[in-house]
Amino acid sequence: MDRSQVDARIRELAEPFNKKGIEITDDTTFQNDLEFDSLTVMDFVAAIEDEFDIIISMNQQAEIETYGQLVDSVHKLQAKP
Amino acid sequence: MSEGIAQADQPQTLEGEGRDLFSKFDDIIAMREGLLSKGVEDPFNLVMEQVLSPTRAICNGRETILLGTYNYMGMTFDPDVVEAGKQALADFGSGTTGSRVLNGTYQGHKDVEEALRDFYDMDHAMVFSTGYQSNLGIISTIAGKGDYILLDIDSHASIWDGCALGDAEIVPFKHNDIEAMEKRLKRIPEDAGKLVILEGVYSMLGDVAPLKEMVAIAKQYGAMILVDEAHSMGFIGENGRGVVEQAGVIDDVDFIIGTFSKSVGTVGGFCVSNHPKFEIMRLVCRPYVFTASLPPSVVATACVSIRKLMDAADKRAHLWDNSKTLHKGLRDLGFTLGTDEPQSAIIAVIMPDLEQGAAMWEALIKGGLYVNLARPPATPANMTLLRCSLCAEHSEDEVQQILTIFEQAGKQVGII
Repeated sequence: MDRSQVDARIRELAEPFNKKGIEITDDTTFQNDLEFDSLTVMDFVAAIEDEFDIIISMNQQAEIETYGQLVDSVHKLQAKP
Repeated sequence: MSEGIAQADQPQTLEGEGRDLFSKFDDIIAMREGLLSKGVEDPFNLVMEQVLSPTRAICNGRETILLGTYNYMGMTFDPDVVEAGKQALADFGSGTTGSRVLNGTYQGHKDVEEALRDFYDMDHAMVFSTGYQSNLGIISTIAGKGDYILLDIDSHASIWDGCALGDAEIVPFKHNDIEAMEKRLKRIPEDAGKLVILEGVYSMLGDVAPLKEMVAIAKQYGAMILVDEAHSMGFIGENGRGVVEQAGVIDDVDFIIGTFSKSVGTVGGFCVSNHPKFEIMRLVCRPYVFTASLPPSVVATACVSIRKLMDAADKRAHLWDNSKTLHKGLRDLGFTLGTDEPQSAIIAVIMPDLEQGAAMWEALIKGGLYVNLARPPATPANMTLLRCSLCAEHSEDEVQQILTIFEQAGKQVGII
């Protein structure tokens, strides 16, 4: 799956969590712009993990602040055999 | 003399004035001030002026029934326990002033570890200075770089802090969700070291973990298993060994973590295990090595208490009766509870919000009943809870009094 396909899938998954309907760009932050709390993060991460059959450990999550960084990480993780 | 030194200090305007390292706490300071400005008694500043028994104290000048102490088995005033502490204080002094691996291992420390081995019927027992340090030490030491820790999202702070202290990859899963756990376990690289961390009883809602299923799955994927049984010791399972015993999986778990500060009735923590190399932990586990050991009086009281808990079947039965009575009574009064059935000695009453929770807490304390007010972020799903923990020493009559106080307070605050 290329980056734009990963982007499209994650965008769909993010929709139910984006309660205020904020426009999402690569620079959108989860904590400040989307106001995700820890429980939302867990549910959102779980949805992505199940969709792409990957694990995003909390250590990796700590490095991800923006939507663009998330797409990059998932793109990299799912490309691994 | 340079001009700079000769000149008087000029008032400086710094950018971000009034902000310092404490600014990050402004939100919580505001929340607390907001709560207290409404005139409620501070739920986090209660003083017990006198403790009359495991179930009664004088709190803020009032005689109060204690329903939030985790003193499940009521051992704190047991005459044999108190006597053992006095004797050890007289014979061994007030403290050890040293680490377990230097000058801090007294006969009492060996004796309490023997009592734990007997209690759990396990090969090894290691006593820490607190329950918090037990999780901190064992978890951070056994799971290192490249290893994976899989844990329930509602795990206790000491488990999370143990994860943070170590270098392993941390993977949480949804609370008590067997499928979510298995899916993640399946995705961890096969050759990586794996540790699954579960709790017997989760202290916020008082619910138990489906350990039978979860332990079987963890074994299937070759993971080591650590179960925190802090809230079940002495009470759950035929011999009081915890949910692992009740679920019939005690022989399949690698480590049980426990505490002396609940059913045992003092302070301290421990890990028991059958792992053949377990004893090496005493040399490599930093929260064990770099801290002073427990005072002789503490280990002496713990030792007697643990041995008495071995045959406390009658007390266990009475505590279950209390739990069932309180659960049913609160439900009949119209309160919303954390579990549909009583699963442990903890019964969590769910409050509509923090404000009403604090008002309810205050009405209860003024009515002579102490419970724990639990609020976000310590609670799951940002709930406000009034957490009740029962004691085997609560009489049937006291449980009825508790229900009466709850009824009056609930009506006064308008929750029921």
